[in-house]
Amino acid sequence: MRTVNQKAWWLVLPVVLLVAFNAVIPLMAVVNYSVQETFGNNEFFFEGVRWFQQVMQSARFREALGRQIAFTGIVLAIQIPLGVAIALAMPHKGWGVSVCLVLMAMPLLIPYNVVGAMWNIFALPDIGLMGWGLNRIGIDFNYTRQPVAAWVTLVAMDVWHWTSLVVLLAYAGLSAIPDAYYQAARIDGASRWAIFRHIQLPKLKHVLLIAVLLRFMDSFMIYTEAVVLTGGGPGNATTLLSIDLVKIALGQFDLGPAAAMSLIYFLIILLLSWLFYTVMTKDDAER
Amino acid sequence: MARIHLERLRHSYRAAPNPQVDADWALRGLDLEWSDGGAYALLGPSGCGKTTLLNLISGLLQPTQGRILFDERDVTRLEPGQRNIAQVFQFPVVYDTMSVFDNLAFPLRNRGIAEAEVQRRVREIAAMLDLEATLEHRAAGLTADGKQKISLGRGLVRSDVAAILFDEPLTVIDPHLKWRLRSKLKELHQRVARTMIYVTHDQTEALTFADQVVVMFDGQVVQSGTPVELFERPAHTFVGHFIGSPGMNLLPCTLDAAGLPRFAGHAVATASSQANAARGRLEIGVRPEFVHFAADGIPVQVERCADVGRFRIVDARAGEQLIKLVVAEGEPIPATSAHVAFDPARTRLYADGWVVQ
Repeated sequence: MRTVNQKAWWLVLPVVLLVAFNAVIPLMAVVNYSVQETFGNNEFFFEGVRWFQQVMQSARFREALGRQIAFTGIVLAIQIPLGVAIALAMPHKGWGVSVCLVLMAMPLLIPYNVVGAMWNIFALPDIGLMGWGLNRIGIDFNYTRQPVAAWVTLVAMDVWHWTSLVVLLAYAGLSAIPDAYYQAARIDGASRWAIFRHIQLPKLKHVLLIAVLLRFMDSFMIYTEAVVLTGGGPGNATTLLSIDLVKIALGQFDLGPAAAMSLIYFLIILLLSWLFYTVMTKDDAER
Repeated sequence: MARIHLERLRHSYRAAPNPQVDADWALRGLDLEWSDGGAYALLGPSGCGKTTLLNLISGLLQPTQGRILFDERDVTRLEPGQRNIAQVFQFPVVYDTMSVFDNLAFPLRNRGIAEAEVQRRVREIAAMLDLEATLEHRAAGLTADGKQKISLGRGLVRSDVAAILFDEPLTVIDPHLKWRLRSKLKELHQRVARTMIYVTHDQTEALTFADQVVVMFDGQVVQSGTPVELFERPAHTFVGHFIGSPGMNLLPCTLDAAGLPRFAGHAVATASSQANAARGRLEIGVRPEFVHFAADGIPVQVERCADVGRFRIVDARAGEQLIKLVVAEGEPIPATSAHVAFDPARTRLYADGWVVQ
């Protein structure tokens, strides 16, 4: 008979405790709030799935979700190709490599609220370089009043802040391609496009999967920069999911609906991440 | 297909190499002429410049000095794509996303060959390489030797190539498959009759593949010849040492008043008729195969004997100097003291490493 030594559980315990306090317990607290109603005094009444129904049926939630999906879609559509393009254009040897890498890493090192504040001022139509400049060349641009201008500024800020991440990942992926591939391609008479299509892109697939996942999750949860930049305005034009959630939870103090919304929000991210991952790794599985 | 002519070729990886300093040059100047359809091997230790030479021929590198001619056409400044050269690399290169068929068709399609011709060529090459069964499979799923066959196939598929270059193509292949691929290469050379240039540091590979072996050492060609020539008449002590197992015996010597080389007090007869004019660091070179025990000759102490199957290798000591002998199976080996003699026709004098005529 096989003897099983149960002592190994003790080795796992620290991690279990850490994960419990870090993730499971707070999440369970949210689950707890999401099925109850409270009027203060630490009194709670069970409500079942009422808050979930309310959130799912609310136009406000659907609008915020729509804005969120639009925002994430736009920034992914810009950042992934742009990041790959920049990585392709970066030098591969010499002093230029370090200069480019440091320049690229810079935006990633700036705290989120500072990024928001920078772009808030940068885009101001009267004193900000960008806002003032655009108005000077004849474009009527005021992001505090025009929804389109607010969106343009928000997207530009995110592209500025996060494209570097895609660039660094793609650059690392490109550096890992052995020279022999490029040499073989030159011998085979491959065009620049063929080299990109048949050598670089396939070899970048795995880092791009990571880039898409990271950028998807991060942009789907964007809060600080957007709040500092537009505060969700003008009107509700840039009220993304996280901004709306904070308004409900801390502005209106509707704990139940906010908790239910948090869980739905969480499940959407989980589902979409899984979807991305499955679709992008489907090819590997077919082999 | 073409005759390849290398003219005073020099190459340096430095931006401003000093023409007088040998250390600045990866290739220190070479002239070679290769005829159409031959099988050649470039043999030498790592860092001797053989891959550099290969990349110069294919156009991946541009030479610092000198010219490369295919037939009479100067291709020195042409891109690899314009040179009609195929090259197979040390590590198999396949285009992962494509099928085996598309991999083989890639060089043809890049050159705008009609699809009917592409189909015909690819199927022909696939048949030669036993790749027919996997033609529709994804290339990424193949084993290392399967991938290397695809690399090989991409080299063979073009009908217009001047030469096919191989850069240690069997390094990453398992030993038992190595043997199979090597005989396949030899067979392919006979079937397609293209010039093939094979770079390796493995003498067995070079000697079995090539009609003509070019031995390189320290950025220069030390000898170019048939395997037999390299074995029997090494032009440089490096060739004697690098080819053959065990390598050639090299015995420091002096010239006596009559101009005869003397080793350990004994005059040694050599095939070098101009020995009396030799200057510099002098050595007698004789392969262990051409040393034998004799009644009279250089006195030695027998130290060790290794049985390697069909013959035995004997280590004998003459003073400070170790002399190796190859003794056939069944021949007697003296226990301790003995005399050895060299075959005069196969013994040569070397001055500063180079053979004396």
